[in-house]
Amino acid sequence: MKSTEILNSLQVSLTINRLCSQLIENHHDFSESVLIGLQPNGIFLSNRLKNCLENSINNKVLTGSLDITFFRDDFGRKDKPLIPSVTNIDFSIENKKVILIDDVFFTGRTVRSALDAVMTFGRPLSVEFLTLIERRFVQNLPIRADYIGKSIDTIKEEKVTVLWQEEHGKDQILLYSPI
Amino acid sequence: MARRTWERPNIVVFTNLNMKELSISHLLGIKDLTKSDIDVIFKTADSFKEVINRPIKKVPTLRDITIANLFFENSTRTKLSFELAEKRLSADIVNFTAGNSSLKKGETLVDTANNILSMKVDILVMRHPHSGAAKFLAEKTNTVIINAGDGTHEHPTQALLDCYSIKEKLGEVKGKKVVLIGDIKHSRVALSNIFALQKLGAKVMVCGPTTLIPKYIKELGVEVSHDIEKALKWCDVANVLRIQLERQDIQYFPSIREYSQQFQVNKEILQNIKKPITILHPGPINRGVEITSEIADSENSIILNQVENGVAVRMAIIYLLAGSINRS
Repeated sequence: MKSTEILNSLQVSLTINRLCSQLIENHHDFSESVLIGLQPNGIFLSNRLKNCLENSINNKVLTGSLDITFFRDDFGRKDKPLIPSVTNIDFSIENKKVILIDDVFFTGRTVRSALDAVMTFGRPLSVEFLTLIERRFVQNLPIRADYIGKSIDTIKEEKVTVLWQEEHGKDQILLYSPI
Repeated sequence: MARRTWERPNIVVFTNLNMKELSISHLLGIKDLTKSDIDVIFKTADSFKEVINRPIKKVPTLRDITIANLFFENSTRTKLSFELAEKRLSADIVNFTAGNSSLKKGETLVDTANNILSMKVDILVMRHPHSGAAKFLAEKTNTVIINAGDGTHEHPTQALLDCYSIKEKLGEVKGKKVVLIGDIKHSRVALSNIFALQKLGAKVMVCGPTTLIPKYIKELGVEVSHDIEKALKWCDVANVLRIQLERQDIQYFPSIREYSQQFQVNKEILQNIKKPITILHPGPINRGVEITSEIADSENSIILNQVENGVAVRMAIIYLLAGSINRS
């Protein structure tokens, strides 16, 4: 299995800073906007963005985590049922601008499930989607990302892995190819 | 359907995508469960407890599953709790009660079940007055069976929600001392609780009149007491059970009044003990018999938490068992 580095530690940091700036352009002081990271891997990114945003705007950014296990469309099609992760949204999303956050945008099925899941907490004013890595040409559903760290062209059989300092000791994004 | 064949790179640990499963395909009794099964059920129940506290308390997970609730015996709490759990998982449900069914016309249990299953039902939740009925049906039919109480044998979902509620209140079950007070002989809740508490590492005592404690119960590794004050001094948690008059073929104690005098959990007796004891009751409560209203409604009572947790725990069990149903 061949691995290629897509982003190194410095590039990950620069990309997150750029995404922060883009978010501030659209959401200003975040008084009407909230970040929601998708469990499990979107949480690292949403926490980084929260820290970066709070340092820049000097305002608290409401951040939650959302598990989409019960909203997936493949229940009963796997060998075993998935054990859910923690959902923690301790604020109202009613009339808020919600930004869903995940590390890799692949088939679009997770985002579809997340849209359903987030609506069980109320009626947001709008929902946007932010991803660190967009894999182009492999989506199964007509869903797009509003904020993209980096777009890469991949085939379905390839695998993108995001390593985080908090869990793996360093920030790095790798592409695994089956050749 | 083709399974994903991609092998994950070795260096990555997907700690949260923790795919586990139960070691069972039916929930017939706690005796068949491992500690790991109970842990998986509790972890999943945590998520469902969060779900049922959302503004929209429903998830679409089981929208292609049909569940039949077969109640051959009266039930309020358990039946409602199962129905709510199923509805909040978006399953289609049908209800069956023995009173107005073809059973009265002479149909056997297996025939009734198979007829219901012919209508493309995936899971049967069954309460039955005969011990072993759930196991019998699991052997004779090709479906998932969840035992909602069989005679004086087991009531596994009640024991799981009791332990879940103890864990929620006290942090953990391991090392806690739990006393079951009352009609141990006729109580399926007692037997399931003994198995569940012991698997989770609690110490168990049973307390009641000699006639209502099974002769060989010590074989299960529980302590026995006939003195409620001693039992309450020993324990951290008291699970007060109802006197099951409907199952008692002979008179086991002189009168309800005498039973209350000897075994009622009340304010006077708890004041003497001078330590907080968490009070559980599986319901229905006979206020003034096995427990007084003051204690049932006190701050150490987690009786209503048990009812709320019942829905979450049952959602977890149905979710985990439904995962094994073959959609093809």
